[in-house]
Parts: sequence; C-alpha cells; structure tokens
Amino acid sequence: MSIALYRIDDRLIHGQVVVGWGQPLDCTFIVLVDDEVRGSEWEQDLYRMGVPPHIQVVFASVEEAAQRLAEWESDGRVGILLVPDIDTAVALVKASGRVTRLNVGGIHHRAGRTERLRFVYLTDAEAAKLRELAASGVEVTAQDVPTARPVPLGEFT
Amino acid sequence: MSEPLRGVIVSHSAVAQALVSAVAAIAGVDGALVPVSNEGCDNDALGERLRTAVGSGPAVLFVDLPGGSCLTNSLRYAKQHADVAIVTGVNLAMLLDFVFHRNVSPAEAARRAADAGGKAIRVTAA
Repeated sequence: MSIALYRIDDRLIHGQVVVGWGQPLDCTFIVLVDDEVRGSEWEQDLYRMGVPPHIQVVFASVEEAAQRLAEWESDGRVGILLVPDIDTAVALVKASGRVTRLNVGGIHHRAGRTERLRFVYLTDAEAAKLRELAASGVEVTAQDVPTARPVPLGEFT
Repeated sequence: MSEPLRGVIVSHSAVAQALVSAVAAIAGVDGALVPVSNEGCDNDALGERLRTAVGSGPAVLFVDLPGGSCLTNSLRYAKQHADVAIVTGVNLAMLLDFVFHRNVSPAEAARRAADAGGKAIRVTAA
C-alpha cells in the first residue's frame, strides 16, 4: 500500500493524523518532512510522544525525503507523509517528481490569510502555489478527516 | 508560596471550557482554572494562547491527551518556563482536588492531581 496519504498539516503529528487517519488506514509508519524538525532531536522526541508504539516515525529533510520516497512508496506497510506548509510541499514535489496527490489537511489562520474552509486559511500567493501544483499534475484536495468530503481545489482557491 | 497556582486546561474543542464550568458548578471556586482550546490554531497560535493563559505566575497545565498538539505545545512552553508542570489525561476529579491545593510547587501539585485523577478511574459493579 505504501504512502496512503500525502498531507499538508501545520500541526504535523496530532490526533487527527494518528487517530482520524491512522486507524482507518491501519497506518504503521509516518514520514514527517520538515527541515527544522529534522535538525532538532528535542522536537523529534516531542512528536514521537503522540504516536503509539506500533507506528514508526521517520524524520526527513526535503532532500532526504526526495531521495527516499521511492523506498517508502514500495514499503509493504501503510504510511502517511506529512509536510508543515505549502512551500515544503512544493519543494518535495519538485525535488522528487513523484508526488501525484496532496491532501490539504490543516492550514490555520495567520496574518494575511483568509478563510477558505473551516480548516484551511490561505494567502492569495499560497492559493496560487496550490493551483500551480495542480496544473503540474498533482491532484490537490482538502479534507481534514476521512469521513469528510474531499473538497476539490477549485472550491477553495 | 505567595500566589496560588493557576491551572490551565489545554484541550481539543470545548473540553477545557466545559471542565472549567463543571468545577465552578461543583466546587464553587472561580478563577483557579483557565481554559485553552486548540481549535483553529497552528502551533504558533496555540503557543500564544498558552502564554496568555498562564500569565506571569507559576502554573500547572492540564492536557487532555498524552500526545498531539495540545501536549507538544505545552511541552514547548514548559521547556522555557521552569515554574510550569504538566499533567496529561485531565479529568474532573483531578481538577476538583487541584483547586483546593494550590499553595504548593507546580511539580507537587501536578503529582497530587495525577494521583487524584488516577484514583477516580474505576470499573464499578452494577
């Protein structure tokens, strides 16, 4: 099954990911792609605390993830790949050339962003980056939990 | 201690607010507990809510789950503030005990609350 979910979520590993998605997918590994977290053992320990022991967590930089994506995609287990923001997603898509679908799972309010969905706030520039990803062949939808409807990009940008 | 501890409940959705209301209704104690929800927050925004809720004094953070954004952000906050302790798995029993025992150190209050909360979890016969 390999990577079942490629997700942008600014909270990274949290309840919605581990329980909401992880349980129905029977996920047993999570790849967290974030250059900053990759460089901090303390932050990595923090994120491991929220994950049950049967789920492996792999921390990777964008560069490492691009190199190892094929390996994770051929893994017999089910995995979830997380990135914290749109820029990291764009970087991974470009560096790997392998990501074909992207779940916008949680991008919360900050100055300059406007509400597009209850769980998605974007600046105009961020919306444009998502449209560029879609134009390059990536299927982009927004969906916070598996029981919700996947919202097509055109409905929130 | 010159100032009684503040308890900050950190939760998903409206759990924290509901617990604060329940403690006030049962114990008649107001002002000892402050609710913080992670609703609509990224990590930075939740960190800011925690800073505002704790204020300048010592505090115990009562977190709903032993993992997830409520705990990770509480731990980030506590790493920078020595006078803050954390208890996970918050329940009403531990809060009811806490509001009457706030003149101790944050670490001692956290241990006491965890003990009270744990003792309240039982399987009872019909």
